[in-house]
Amino acid sequence: MQRTSTRGRMALAATAAASTVALLAACSGPAGDAGSDADYAPPASDLQAELTYAFWDASQQAAIEANLEEFNAQYPNIKVNLDVTPWGDYWTKIQTQASSDTLPDLFWLNGPNFQLYASNGKVAPITTLVDGGYIDTADYPSALVDLYNLDGVQYGVPKDFDTIGLWYNTALFAAAGVDEPTADWTWDDVSAAGEQISTALADQGVYGVAGGMDGQTTYYNTIFQAGGEVITADGTSGYADEATQKGLQFWADLIASGASPSMQQLTDTPADQWFTSGKLAMYYGGSWFRGAIGGSDVEADVQVAPLPRGEKQATVIHGVANVVSANSKNKQAARALQVFLASKEAQQQQGEVGSIIPAFTGTQSSFVGSLPGVNLQVFLDAVDYAVPLPVSKNSAAWNAFEAELLPEAFSGDRSVADVTVDLAQQMDDALAKER
Amino acid sequence: MSSAPARLRPARATRRGGAEAQARRRDGAWPWLFVLPLLIGIATFYLWPILQTFYFSFTEWGVFGGTTWTGIDNYARLVVDPKLYQSIGNTLLYTAIVLLGIPIAVVLATLLNTPGLRFAAVYRVLFFLPYIAMPTAVAMVWRIIFNGDFGVLNWVLSLVGIDGPYWTSTPGVALVAVAIVGLWSSLGFAIIVLGAGLKAIPPEYYEAAELDGASAWRRFTSITVPLLTPSIFFVTVVTTISSFQLFDLLYAILGSSNPIVPKSMSLVYFFYREGFTLGDKGYAAAIAMVILAIIGMATLVQFRLQRKWVVND
Repeated sequence: MQRTSTRGRMALAATAAASTVALLAACSGPAGDAGSDADYAPPASDLQAELTYAFWDASQQAAIEANLEEFNAQYPNIKVNLDVTPWGDYWTKIQTQASSDTLPDLFWLNGPNFQLYASNGKVAPITTLVDGGYIDTADYPSALVDLYNLDGVQYGVPKDFDTIGLWYNTALFAAAGVDEPTADWTWDDVSAAGEQISTALADQGVYGVAGGMDGQTTYYNTIFQAGGEVITADGTSGYADEATQKGLQFWADLIASGASPSMQQLTDTPADQWFTSGKLAMYYGGSWFRGAIGGSDVEADVQVAPLPRGEKQATVIHGVANVVSANSKNKQAARALQVFLASKEAQQQQGEVGSIIPAFTGTQSSFVGSLPGVNLQVFLDAVDYAVPLPVSKNSAAWNAFEAELLPEAFSGDRSVADVTVDLAQQMDDALAKER
Repeated sequence: MSSAPARLRPARATRRGGAEAQARRRDGAWPWLFVLPLLIGIATFYLWPILQTFYFSFTEWGVFGGTTWTGIDNYARLVVDPKLYQSIGNTLLYTAIVLLGIPIAVVLATLLNTPGLRFAAVYRVLFFLPYIAMPTAVAMVWRIIFNGDFGVLNWVLSLVGIDGPYWTSTPGVALVAVAIVGLWSSLGFAIIVLGAGLKAIPPEYYEAAELDGASAWRRFTSITVPLLTPSIFFVTVVTTISSFQLFDLLYAILGSSNPIVPKSMSLVYFFYREGFTLGDKGYAAAIAMVILAIIGMATLVQFRLQRKWVVND
């Protein structure tokens, strides 16, 4: 509308250009020194420091605060500030902080993201903590310890873990006149029971069993049970493998037979909601699902069994780890806290106060007793045959391809073989970029 | 105060380019000083990021920063990416549907402006509420309404014997469903702007028309609509720009794990997915530049066309 003076515009452009140059100059400096890791020794009890501890699950804050009280009894002058960010924003925030070398001193990392941070030198190894005997990796499930090991270097140990089980609704089994699942069920038993229940209770809109797009609770498990793999040992996609395809076909068949709601129905209403509202008889769910049962409509009718076998027995296992930032200014204090949180006492306390399964072997009994009458021991026994959650340096990239392509196979729009060939190729491209 | 000695010394004041010129120079600097904070703000928060993004669109961006110059690689990849054209198509379809709300808003605003209408303020608030509601909250409510098995919409449709689709999980249908929500939630803003435009039309025009025996419809088409065109133009431009920036509604209604998302992406969702889900930030920067160009062009075209239909007295 109003003509701006040319001189004004020039001045603006010059300012903008100058600041851009300044910023680029700031960005192009060498990546922060990963920090040499001096031998660890417990700091003096009067060490003065202020730490930030970042995590995403607000429901665990009470347990963490209880932990910190014990920690401060040992180190009264180390002040720990808690920084809780909801899951959805946590990774964006952490990634930004990592880019500017302002990561919290101690923070939660999960399997799918671990390698990205470790390979870029953003987290400190715990080698000297293990060598010095302050953390013994043998105290934790080995499949999970491996999750936080990259190229032979250990960066953390799990603070808790989760496995998958078959949650079921005893009332719906009774109403349909079908025998309840047992520990030696196979895929065929699930398919048969699922179909029977869907047919018998169709007028109530009840389904026998549900698939879904969450690999950790559904198709990863059946892929491993069929003897397949998601990522091979040499770092390529396992999706084109015949056994892997069999593990996916299981879900396509359940949907095709009507034992499971369709992909569209499961997109609108996720499987866990079908289950907690009493419209689903069997749900493949994690140990963390315990939290959703208390207070739900189905609370009184819930029971749990081990995952049914395919060619063999298998479940995905995953756990969160506390890691120290490689650039922490208070590394000594942060490592003292890392060691403390990995201790038996701290983990025992986590189990008693929180809702998670502590990772330290022998501290899990409090979890088992937390839903009286429900056989939660299933989730602990599952550790024996557990397989780590498949991850790579940039898991998010190929997770997106799974989410995009697999529904076409599950819904029957395209054959499993067709879809997996495409998926394997896209995933291989993504994996190749990581190297 | 400082001007007092100047008056006492006429010799200096009469010198060419003396105090007068000095005063002019001061006049020249002062306004700039007042707008400086704004200019700094614009430079920092708009120009700088745009220039940066432009630079980054020629690079490949490491996960934790550190960029490699790759020339026009990102753009070369972009022009042959079918997802670009699909997301442009989806964005245009969405925009077209949302723009259908403007004629509706014109009619509603006229009705709300009827002299003697009771509870006019209440209606205005009711229409405006969706606009100020958080998009996420709006989306959550509509997700429940759209639910294929347990949703209100399909229940109502079933009463009249229609078997409703799975609104948010059927390709093609989902985008229309999101656009309906977009239309609904932008109605309030349009009504308020158009309402202000209506208030500016002198009542004498209507009185004269009424004396001449013009019908209500005739008054609407011959007085209201033409004199409202500047407001309609403004609302159209603003709605188009905001529709081209569709992200939050789509993200919140469809959900990030919805398998049909890749087929129903808007341009900004495409940008988000490449940059933040797949971690390809240089490529995402190139997409952002394309979005900027498209919005710029659309706005330019609208300003050009304005001369043909907007009545400026």
